[in-house]
Amino acid sequence: MNMKNNTVPEKVKIINKNSGEESNIISLYDTVEQAEPQNEIISIKGLKKSFDKNLILKGINVSFSKGTIAAVMGPNGSGKTTLLKCVLGLVRPEAGEITVNNINIKNNCEYRKFIGYMPQTPRFPENLKVKELIDMLKDVNGNECDYDEELLIKLNLQAIYNKPIGTLSAGTKQRVSGSLSFLFNREIIILDEPTAGLDPVSCEIMKEKIIKEKENGKLIIITSHIVSEVEALADRIVFLLEGNVHVNSTVDELKDRTDESNLNKAIAKIMVNHGS
Amino acid sequence: MAAKKILKYVIFDIMRSRLIITYTLLLLVLSFGIIYLGRDITKATVSLLNIVLLIVPLVSIIFGTIHFYNSQKFIEMLLALPIKRSNIFWAEYLGLAVSLSIGFVIGTGIPLLAYGASVTGVYLLLTGIFLSFIFSGFAFLSAVINKDKAKGIGLSLMIWFYLSILFDGLVLMISLFFNDYPLENVILVLTALNPIDLARVMILLKLDISALMGYTGATFEQFFGSMMGTIFSIGFLLMWITLPALGALRLFNKKNF
Repeated sequence: MNMKNNTVPEKVKIINKNSGEESNIISLYDTVEQAEPQNEIISIKGLKKSFDKNLILKGINVSFSKGTIAAVMGPNGSGKTTLLKCVLGLVRPEAGEITVNNINIKNNCEYRKFIGYMPQTPRFPENLKVKELIDMLKDVNGNECDYDEELLIKLNLQAIYNKPIGTLSAGTKQRVSGSLSFLFNREIIILDEPTAGLDPVSCEIMKEKIIKEKENGKLIIITSHIVSEVEALADRIVFLLEGNVHVNSTVDELKDRTDESNLNKAIAKIMVNHGS
Repeated sequence: MAAKKILKYVIFDIMRSRLIITYTLLLLVLSFGIIYLGRDITKATVSLLNIVLLIVPLVSIIFGTIHFYNSQKFIEMLLALPIKRSNIFWAEYLGLAVSLSIGFVIGTGIPLLAYGASVTGVYLLLTGIFLSFIFSGFAFLSAVINKDKAKGIGLSLMIWFYLSILFDGLVLMISLFFNDYPLENVILVLTALNPIDLARVMILLKLDISALMGYTGATFEQFFGSMMGTIFSIGFLLMWITLPALGALRLFNKKNF
């Protein structure tokens, strides 16, 4: 049923209140706007969060739809991880509303059965074996049967099923963590720097998987600092700067707007313009 | 349901950790040694009691705090699953407390059984379990309060130091300064404020040598007699289990991971 949507992944919804720039984009994508709401799966409105009186998110408005890969970018400390953690309910926001599949996530935990999550730095109980960890997660998730074990197989993790997790290298843990985020066939997959610390082969497998799942109609949100990777994967870029959504557009639009053919330069230009 | 499944694996994990195994072995060696050297099982129980009152809280609170920090990333992953936060908290807390209790019961229970301990031995085991639960609660509380691991461990050490060592000194000072006044009730209240003292009193009342253990013990014996004293101390020990754990839960529910 999602096939129709997959063909036009570049559609966007702009709720960026930053400057006048987006007005022309909205008019361009006017028609797409109308088709949007039924696809929208995550909607964030007026999200605010501070740590120790430091306002990290200053009222974020953004929404994500099915069948897309969205990249959340921004300099270090711009609140990328905090934003994703708010969606996951790991961080309690001060203000704002987040809905996932039209469920308000406040005081609700059921909505998380739609989300698969890969944290930035995974750590598991050191003395459990990989197999036990997987069994435990299956157990906790109520043993539904349509597991997606593709990544476990492709990343060759079955060979280490009987090793205690404490003995694995950081990269291997990252592979385990990535596989687990896809294991339960969730509609939304949130990957916090999915390829950091992976070897090139695993990296490619991971990227292939991300694209494949997008084509299956899932929403995949990644954060990354690697521009080439974002360029290859993402349909949309949400660029956070100083706690606001600075840019929210497709990769091509971003290039058009900045008159740069190179995404790296386009992003640099945005940041420089902001500074001046 | 989900909490029970997590609990199972948390216990799996902790029971295999080197620290818990060392703890159990250490208790085994100590208990066998003390009972063997003491010959008289009652005297040995008293000696064992003093060690239990020192070691169990220390190991529970320090291991618990470190365990919480080490599990934080994993808890983060669990929190991304459709499970209530409080369930994850209880699974982690009970996992820790139950594992520590199992380690303690194996380490102390086997020697006591082997040498044919009396009811007092059973009380000693019960006390150790109570202390494991209480100090697991304190461990989580100080770990949830402090984001920084070093500060968390520092606070845990301070709690232990205060309850194990400082507190007795304070009670002694009060009784010295105010020894012209009738202090029995004050001392009673003060004892209830310290779970380690409560545990000590509970065992000593069973041993019938409470007068030997100074002011607190004598007051207890005099005021309550054995039965009432036991009920009183068990009641307060239960309170000491719930208070830190509930406090930690409250903060855990609000915490940003």
